[in-house]
Amino acid sequence: MSKKKQLVAIFSVLFIVSYIFITSYLPVSVVEDNDAYSYMFYIKTAFIALSISLILSAAIFTVLHRAFIMPYLGNLKRFQPLLWQLVKRDFITRYKRSVLGVLWSLLSPLLTMLVMTLVFSHLFRGDIPYFPVYLLGGQIIFGFFTEATNSAMGSVIGGASMIKKVYVPKYIFPVSKVLSSLVNLCFSFLAFLLVFVFTGAPWNWTFLLFPIPMLYTFVFSLGVGMFLSSVVVFFRDITYIYGIFLTALTYFTPLFYPVTILPDGVRQAMGFNPLYHFVDYFRSVTLYGTVPGLWENIVCVSFALCALFVGVGAFQSQQDKYILHL
Amino acid sequence: MNQDIAISVENVSMMFNLNREKIESLKEYAVKLMKRQLQFEEFWALKDVSFEVRRGEVFGIMGLNGAGKSTLLKVIAGVFKPTQGKVTVNGLVAPMIELGMGFDYEFTARENVYMNGAMFGHPSKYMEEKYDEIIEFSELREFEDVPLKNFSSGMVGRLAFAIATNVQPDILIADEILGVGDYKFQAKCEARIEEMIKGGTTVLLVSHSMDKVEEMCSRALLLERGTVRALGDVKKVCKVYAGD
Repeated sequence: MSKKKQLVAIFSVLFIVSYIFITSYLPVSVVEDNDAYSYMFYIKTAFIALSISLILSAAIFTVLHRAFIMPYLGNLKRFQPLLWQLVKRDFITRYKRSVLGVLWSLLSPLLTMLVMTLVFSHLFRGDIPYFPVYLLGGQIIFGFFTEATNSAMGSVIGGASMIKKVYVPKYIFPVSKVLSSLVNLCFSFLAFLLVFVFTGAPWNWTFLLFPIPMLYTFVFSLGVGMFLSSVVVFFRDITYIYGIFLTALTYFTPLFYPVTILPDGVRQAMGFNPLYHFVDYFRSVTLYGTVPGLWENIVCVSFALCALFVGVGAFQSQQDKYILHL
Repeated sequence: MNQDIAISVENVSMMFNLNREKIESLKEYAVKLMKRQLQFEEFWALKDVSFEVRRGEVFGIMGLNGAGKSTLLKVIAGVFKPTQGKVTVNGLVAPMIELGMGFDYEFTARENVYMNGAMFGHPSKYMEEKYDEIIEFSELREFEDVPLKNFSSGMVGRLAFAIATNVQPDILIADEILGVGDYKFQAKCEARIEEMIKGGTTVLLVSHSMDKVEEMCSRALLLERGTVRALGDVKKVCKVYAGD
């Protein structure tokens, strides 16, 4: 049996087992009472089963195929210097020709925030306290996702000059791009802190949990980025299609409006937007001082891991063909 | 695998799809798929090639244009994955194929040195020690902070050679590298390769010039349209090549 089929088999068995287990034993409180036995209940259970089976099947597969996985880790160690060089290069390219240099990373989210605040704060003035913080909090998480996936998408094509001449593990290109975006996220987070202080928003100990939503978004973006970078090698017009998709997603994520203004049906659909969950998580811990419950965490983990598995799978299965299309 | 073997190529075949027009977008693909115009022509650049190179050996690869030399080198370097067969390489390979080893032409010579070193797994600290030697050897001191796009091809070749021979590879793949630069630099390159051979580096030498191969190599391989025409002692192989 091939490794791929084996992985799929392990995953399906685990998924079914955990689904049955959860539907019979799960305390309904986790899934919220009013959802019980509606279709949302089944979707939610499926989600929990999904995240459990993903984690378990990954673990089982790793144990079963240590010999298959180990060379990859060895490769990672050998090519670590290259990874840092690539991240460093991105950083230098970004600021090489600008007078303000690194300051731009701080200024650009601040300026965007300023413009958006001027435009939208009159619309939702009463609904959202500390509007600039609300806005910028969503903006930096969503911006990170956009930047990471967009730059990862072109990374394999951009690395053509290297891929054509020497052996390098191909995953190093999307990974380096997502890491570079993470560096930029650190700067925009500084901008967020500034705004937070400036607007006098209340501090809570939960603020310290901010790396958790960032981690979820990071894993999710890495998965999506790897998937895109793989597909775009074969079909270059995916770039434009994805651009349109991102624009739509910007409006479908509550970045500058409160989610409460949406009609009920749309709000339910919003539950399927991963970015909504990540953004919401980030705002809860930083701005509202609440710790998201078990359910929110399961949703975030599932989205992130699903994206990662699909991305790595697509990338892994196609990577030997890239060279023929570059 | 035997530790005395540096490179082992077993029954390697490499197939390319030659499509008449390159399809690069989803739209084109969908349109062609509906019109049933998706045609592929198979082209076998390498057919059932097998040989072994021993550690410390200088091995020549000869053949006319289009014989599959570059494809073979890329398979050995790990750039192509062979369609069939298996390649095993013991040690670090420094490939100098078609000049330049994955340079980024927007960046300066200095940045490319560090990037290239990283490709061979050397952290920047290690490359700092080697940096002066590389720049001195390639005679590019005045141009170290000039973007590579402003370099002449000779300068790029010199830089590539200097890096490849300085990252301490176990196996050096030299594709027409002896054609780099003027006669003075060529002499320097040859001396450098001699030095590396003495140090135990395995060298794969590809050249059109029979004299060079005969002079430097002990064994050689002659490719013809992707198949092995002759393999073995360099004199015999050269005779076959000359006979064609």
